Amino acid sequence: MKSNRWSKVFRGRLAAVAVAAAIAAPAQAQDVIKVGILHSLSGTMAISETTLKDTMLMLIEEQNKKGGVLGKKLEPVVVDPASNWPLFAEKARELIQKDKVSAIFGCWTSVSRKSVLPVVEELKVPLFYPVQYEGEESSRYVFYTGAAPNQQAIPAVDYLMNDLGVQRWVLAGTDYVYPRTTNKILEAYLKSKGVKSEDIMINYTPFGHSDWQSIVAEIKKFGSAGKPTAVVSTINGDANVPFYKELANQGVTADKIPVVAFSVGEEELSGIDTKPLVGHLAAWNYFQSVDTPANKAFIERWHAFTKNPKRVTNDPMEAHVIGFNMWIKAIEKAGTAEPEKVIDAIVGVKVPNLTGGEAEMLPNHHITKPVLIGEVQEDGQFAVVWKTDGLVPGDAWSDYLPGSKDIEADWVTLKCGNYNTKTKKCAGQNY
Amino acid sequence: MLARTFLGRLALGWLLAVCLLPAAALADDFAERVAALNAGSFAEKQAAADAVAASGHPSAVAVLKALLDGKLHAAPDGRVLIVGADGAVDAASGEPVDAVAGSSRIVINNRMRAGLRGLIAQLSLGHPDAEVRLQAVRDMLPAMDAAAAAQFREALATERDDTVRDLLESGLALVDLDADDPAVRLAAVQRLDGRLNPTVRARLQAVADSDADPQVKAAAAAALKRIEGKLQRYRFVETLFFGLSLGSVLVLAAIGLAITFGVMGVINMAHGELIMLGAYTTYVVQQLMPQHLGWSLAVAVPAAFLVSALVGIAIERGIIRFLYGRPLETLLATFGVSLLLQQAVRSIFSPLNRTVATPEWMAGSLAINPALSITYNRLYILIFSLLVFAALLVVLKRTSLGLKVRAVAQNRAMARALGVRSARVDALTFGLGSGIAGVAGVALSQLTNVGPNLGQSYIVDSFMVVVFGGVGNLWGTLVAGLSLGVVNKFLEPYAGAVLAKILVLVFIILFIQKRPRGLFPQKGRAAEA
Repeated sequence: MKSNRWSKVFRGRLAAVAVAAAIAAPAQAQDVIKVGILHSLSGTMAISETTLKDTMLMLIEEQNKKGGVLGKKLEPVVVDPASNWPLFAEKARELIQKDKVSAIFGCWTSVSRKSVLPVVEELKVPLFYPVQYEGEESSRYVFYTGAAPNQQAIPAVDYLMNDLGVQRWVLAGTDYVYPRTTNKILEAYLKSKGVKSEDIMINYTPFGHSDWQSIVAEIKKFGSAGKPTAVVSTINGDANVPFYKELANQGVTADKIPVVAFSVGEEELSGIDTKPLVGHLAAWNYFQSVDTPANKAFIERWHAFTKNPKRVTNDPMEAHVIGFNMWIKAIEKAGTAEPEKVIDAIVGVKVPNLTGGEAEMLPNHHITKPVLIGEVQEDGQFAVVWKTDGLVPGDAWSDYLPGSKDIEADWVTLKCGNYNTKTKKCAGQNY
Repeated sequence: MLARTFLGRLALGWLLAVCLLPAAALADDFAERVAALNAGSFAEKQAAADAVAASGHPSAVAVLKALLDGKLHAAPDGRVLIVGADGAVDAASGEPVDAVAGSSRIVINNRMRAGLRGLIAQLSLGHPDAEVRLQAVRDMLPAMDAAAAAQFREALATERDDTVRDLLESGLALVDLDADDPAVRLAAVQRLDGRLNPTVRARLQAVADSDADPQVKAAAAAALKRIEGKLQRYRFVETLFFGLSLGSVLVLAAIGLAITFGVMGVINMAHGELIMLGAYTTYVVQQLMPQHLGWSLAVAVPAAFLVSALVGIAIERGIIRFLYGRPLETLLATFGVSLLLQQAVRSIFSPLNRTVATPEWMAGSLAINPALSITYNRLYILIFSLLVFAALLVVLKRTSLGLKVRAVAQNRAMARALGVRSARVDALTFGLGSGIAGVAGVALSQLTNVGPNLGQSYIVDSFMVVVFGGVGNLWGTLVAGLSLGVVNKFLEPYAGAVLAKILVLVFIILFIQKRPRGLFPQKGRAAEA
């Protein structure tokens, strides 16, 4: 009963606000472009996503200082989906229908993206998604500025195989869609390279797993067969700390069995004791330690904006920087912020990334990225030990999975996210 | 007199100069080699490290160790420094120097780490400490060759320690496995029989798979089988330890709840957050005494007990005492408290996890033999949880507070009639249970992340253990916690971590259907109430 009364009061206020907004709207409508920011500010994902919200606010503030775009100011609209996947869809709908945003920057987990996908397709507003993910998706209304598996997982495995001579593989991950799909791709890839089944060990653990004793003992046993062994880890966030601690305590050091992680970046390392991790690897498209003028300037701006000289930068932040700059360029190119026209204009747009290369938006709505492998250092930063020669174009549909080998995504000529080159048919989006 | 002294000094000076000359030259040469460590590429650094190792200089090992541990810094003026916790020393001369501004750590990669370990191993075969020699031999085993074999033979001539001798002989046998003469190979296989070292096992496997001589092949296969049998037994012991250790964590987390829920009958959903407060207290204590990390845990245990106990008493006095006898409302109210505490921690400490350092004595493992080693942190936590359990048992059975707690739990009205101030006892009991939760938090801070969500991951497990063990029975909690841990760990290798957890849960549900009061149901009239 109580809640009913409250919600009535609340709704009353909301209505008042809406009226006020409606009165103010005509005066503002011409000179403002609204940008939706859809990142969790509370709940379990707040750890990672709050930083991205801050990044977006900084980018928008800087753009406005430069005079906005097309003479209009940008206005951020921040909502909090609270790490609650269905709420992501509701908040996305609210951003588009109520706040009339021209683009949304947001989401972290794949499940939150999948939850927003039907909404942006229905309401036809682009979503910029900044996190590495498992691929197997391409939408006209989603721009994937994070890495696809061929821009992170496959090059990392190549590095271990060719440079470190690894022959036995442990694929360890948290039990959800990204690790499962990535490991399926990696398993197929390793087998195509002649690795036998008995040299691959796959292991899944629940979210937040903290008792790694027997799994590490098993990895140790698996790695004592006389062949160089490595762990490819898609273990998610929190569970990593006890995992690395247990590795160190059981004497599994990086020079014996290196662990290459896809979800451990500077932000995650800033909350833990990095001593046990030193020498283990991570594969990303950006590291804070990369020494380029563009990156240096970005880090300085970030420290100035957050008023905290210790705040670290990370890969998804760079992805937002690239995504945002591409969106601005596309608006300038299209001469309007209208979503459909921007979406058509953005393919082919090139902007510089922070590591000294140039990112290009491809027809499959993924971008070109360099791939870097870094070793964890005591100070929580990464020392780059390997990088790809050039830029790697993102591939939405993996070439190593039987189901997706023949599928192409091309929103320019084919106008389809999953065109089958064998049957010559477009299956259309299925959620 | 004067002339004689002068002459004498001259002679002495000359003598000194003659003696020091080669030493000075050696020192210069060594300084050059050390300076070369600050090279651009990893290959150059590795070559420089090889040169340092080959110099034969007494501080070569120290320099290489510093490089391996990330303590070797390069100053802008080209000097190379070893930077430790208590100041810097010049790597080449060993003299203390002031820390140089702008010096940066010499970065190494994994391949170099492996190389450095090998170099250090070679240089420490003659180390006075048997433990260091053992590690050196162990590090050299995977890359045995003729040169290493010569070093091993030399070391064997003077080695007195049996364990090191044993491993040195394994190493020589490994080299013999490559001999052309099948008889030598056969003898080597027989010498390696029963050794648990992983390198030995891997090599024997290779011999058993592909040796040209059938007799050698069969002998290797037989030796391998015996080694496997031994390993099997040690693995069983290892899994048992893992299970007990997981169980001890469950017991620690649940034992506070066994008091608040078991004895008082309060469903306290904020129990996990009281654990979290204990973990955060550890963090604060470490921030306050950064110089004495080793002692921080000893300080944190009583501090965490106090903090959580006070918060617990505040919860009891402020909320729960109004809700006695209304379990559903207690459940909701304490759930609200748990959310409040979580958000409070988020606001005060930020939503990011906090770094709780592990003291030196908690890191690493106790190697019983090459196949069985027990990690120190788990071992200490196992012992710690048993101590906490014993202490709690003493408090409940031997003190006047314990007597009153049991009296109120069994029959509140009767206890009050006899003059027990039940309200005060309630508050103290709840405080005791909460304090124990805080102590558990100190232990958990060494195992898992210290963050706002720490408590949530243990609340379900805690209730599970208490209900399974039998509400109101401390021994039940101990037996339930340890047995659930062991069952979980024995299932894990077959079923995987996810399924093992599910199976344990299903088992408990079925068990509770059959025996709703748990393993050790409480007897007596109070239990009927």
